[in-house]
Amino acid sequence: MPQTLSRYFATSLRWAGLAFVAACLSLAAAQQASAKTLRYAFQGTLNALDPYSLNETFTLGMLGNVFEGLTKRDKDLTIIPGLAESWETVDPLTWRFHLRQGVKFANGNDFTADDVIFSAERVLAEGSDLKTRIPADSEWVKIDDHTVEVKLKTPNPILHYEWDTWYIMDKEWAEAEGAVGPISARDTNPGPAAFKANGTGPFVIESHEPGIKTVFKPNSNWWGAPEHNLTEVVFTPIAADGTRVAALLAGDVDLIDPVPVQDIPRVNDNADTEALVGPELRVIHLGFNQIRDELPTSNVKGKNPFRDPNVRKAVYQAIDIEAIKDRIMRGLATPVPLLIANDLYANADEFERWPYDPDAAKALLAEAGYPDGFTVGMDCPNDRYVNDEAICQAVVSMLARIGVTVNLNAQPKAQYFAKVLAPGGYDTDFYLLGWTPSSFDSWNILTNLAGCRDETGAGGPFNLGGYCNEKVDALAEQIVVEIDEAKRDALIKEAYTIMTGETSHIPLHQQSLVWGKRKNVDIVQRPDNQVLFYWATVN
Amino acid sequence: MIAFAIKRLVQALGVILVVALISFVMFRFVGDPVNQLVGVDTSPEERAALREALGLNDPVLLQFGRFVLKAAQFDFGISYQFKQPVASLIASRLPATLELSLVSALFALAVGVPMGVYTGLYRNTWLARGFLAVSLIGVSLPTFLIGILLIFVVSVNLGWLPSFGRGQTVDLGGVWTTGLLTKSGLQSLILPSITLGLFQMTLIMRLVRGEMLEVLRTDYIKFARARGLSRRAINFGHALKNTLVPVITITGLQVGSIIAFAIITETVFQWPGMGLLFLQAVQNVDIPIMAAYLLLIAFLFVLINFIVDLLYVAVDPRIRLGGTAG
Repeated sequence: MPQTLSRYFATSLRWAGLAFVAACLSLAAAQQASAKTLRYAFQGTLNALDPYSLNETFTLGMLGNVFEGLTKRDKDLTIIPGLAESWETVDPLTWRFHLRQGVKFANGNDFTADDVIFSAERVLAEGSDLKTRIPADSEWVKIDDHTVEVKLKTPNPILHYEWDTWYIMDKEWAEAEGAVGPISARDTNPGPAAFKANGTGPFVIESHEPGIKTVFKPNSNWWGAPEHNLTEVVFTPIAADGTRVAALLAGDVDLIDPVPVQDIPRVNDNADTEALVGPELRVIHLGFNQIRDELPTSNVKGKNPFRDPNVRKAVYQAIDIEAIKDRIMRGLATPVPLLIANDLYANADEFERWPYDPDAAKALLAEAGYPDGFTVGMDCPNDRYVNDEAICQAVVSMLARIGVTVNLNAQPKAQYFAKVLAPGGYDTDFYLLGWTPSSFDSWNILTNLAGCRDETGAGGPFNLGGYCNEKVDALAEQIVVEIDEAKRDALIKEAYTIMTGETSHIPLHQQSLVWGKRKNVDIVQRPDNQVLFYWATVN
Repeated sequence: MIAFAIKRLVQALGVILVVALISFVMFRFVGDPVNQLVGVDTSPEERAALREALGLNDPVLLQFGRFVLKAAQFDFGISYQFKQPVASLIASRLPATLELSLVSALFALAVGVPMGVYTGLYRNTWLARGFLAVSLIGVSLPTFLIGILLIFVVSVNLGWLPSFGRGQTVDLGGVWTTGLLTKSGLQSLILPSITLGLFQMTLIMRLVRGEMLEVLRTDYIKFARARGLSRRAINFGHALKNTLVPVITITGLQVGSIIAFAIITETVFQWPGMGLLFLQAVQNVDIPIMAAYLLLIAFLFVLINFIVDLLYVAVDPRIRLGGTAG
């Protein structure tokens, strides 16, 4: 009786299917999102919770919900009082900070001048990754419980520019937890303190499973008036782009960062979700090796074509930045004339990009002695910046039109940075790099990206191509100590004018930040890409 | 028997050492861990000091020797990114992977065997042909695509099941966290285990079908029919029972690969198991995790093969003779 058996099978399969669907339906109906929880997913993980372990935007942004600095940055990045209510410069070498009174750490301990001095010593200690926050030779003096003075060896107008992410830690707590020294990258057994946090900020960390989940709760001891309405924040890392977007669309999370450019329409087409887009401070640029006598990847022997400013300018003018913006970045890019974002330098609008002009580029190449062009290799990351590899491919095809053949070497960031930052001589002839000045100030650019360096790498640490102009270096030395703002801006302008004039680098664009959120979530998107829950509301 | 076992054991140890060495050499090409460990402002001098402190400047063989010596004592070092002992990290991620692997293996068996029996018995019905067609999709579509498709249909469009993660978990005495005891945990398990088990299910179904067809042609089935036994007794009592022997062997062998290949499914569903840990480690050049994971998987495969070998010898003495003679 084959019919009987087949009916038996068909029936049981049908039942199984029905049971599956019914189970799914009932489970789905029972699923209710609690009202004021913000569920947030980022592509990377949050590791150790020591705020001095890793100088990286995402980590510091997350910890900024729990810790606070002496200063803070407002929604438009202007510096505002944080744990210091006010400050003044007594003389060019002495700064005085008046600390906020009545502030308590999450565990109930009082915040005093001792905590500030302890934090200053700790952030400068061996193993800290945030040593650049404070001049190493500064001297910290406690005037009273709520007044601290900093004595400097040289004037420093931007002393407090990065203090919003230099978080103040509790001396008593650190001593009790055995966390007096910073937990460093080389630590073999940092102990439980790596996964605890005791700050003065609006949130506390309730639980932390690195790589899996972190739960934040509002800090009932916080001194400020909350601007958020959250009762809980659940952070989950979701590395796969498709999964992260699907989690948002399915309503399993409320906020994701980033949304891949090609998924923006899908997020916007969904009734409950939308993309939040804004310019990021990071500037993507191309750089040339100018330190080598001969480029190993080039067919030009005996000399380095990139040492000729005309060649660099020719490459610049051969790149159609608008095409990159429209076709590769889908409009989500802001072309810039300088290595710094337009918002971060007051006189940026006085500069202009060299115009796109392939004919002029060809003429410049011919004038430099390369009428038929030449060959060169290019290094490019493929998982670091928005569409990084696609940008490099576009550059390759644009340069082909003026006769320059580029052999592209696109690789994951772990390998890319290992190559271009190789110790004892940066191994690249032509490269793409993105840079955000951590101080939001031009001096950072001039020293990190354009400061002369020698064979060993001493000097501008991210000046991968070894551009060097002694006049720019001299200007940078004046800029770091010049207190008069107008004079300082003029010096910066002079440095940028020199660099633009000899095409030290090719600034491309500011890429855009794209967050995806459910429509009932309101959150401030700061161009530095810090996700700050204390400005989020769930309706 | 004991000599055979010892010989096998020595071979197994050799295999694990070779896997360890190959993976260790491969890590040289993954990238520089130091750049993942520090921020952009960190000076080249400090980077160099860190590289020295982590022992990355030592010759590969020295690093390898150090690693093997420590691994022999179950010390796999400290994860660069998480600052935790790798052994405890892997132990904490193990339950997630094992539960997922087990459930998907059960799913593959529970669905694969009946489908195989049915398609074996009723070759020409439309349902059997449908099953075969579906099984083709199962073998030909890559796992990540199946996962993404399931997420988009079931989670995004229908909204029935969670799209990622493991849901609420229960801690059993601090050594095992389980998702099998909570509603959200069970919900979260459905899609990933279907994704991971689909290929195995197809495999089992086709295996059972083939064996079924084979067995049904044998003489004892013909005799059984001649004796007038009921169809149900013949198909399930005689035929299916004899079909299951190779199915059990294959299923046992496949458990190893399910655990190993959970990497992709875990990544697609952000499932917090060992596979996801490994992939995150690759992205961050976290060499201690990568090394320990590969070693663990190699150990798992070697162990399974070792047991299978011993079982064969126990079952068939001819193998033992050949083994000792050679």
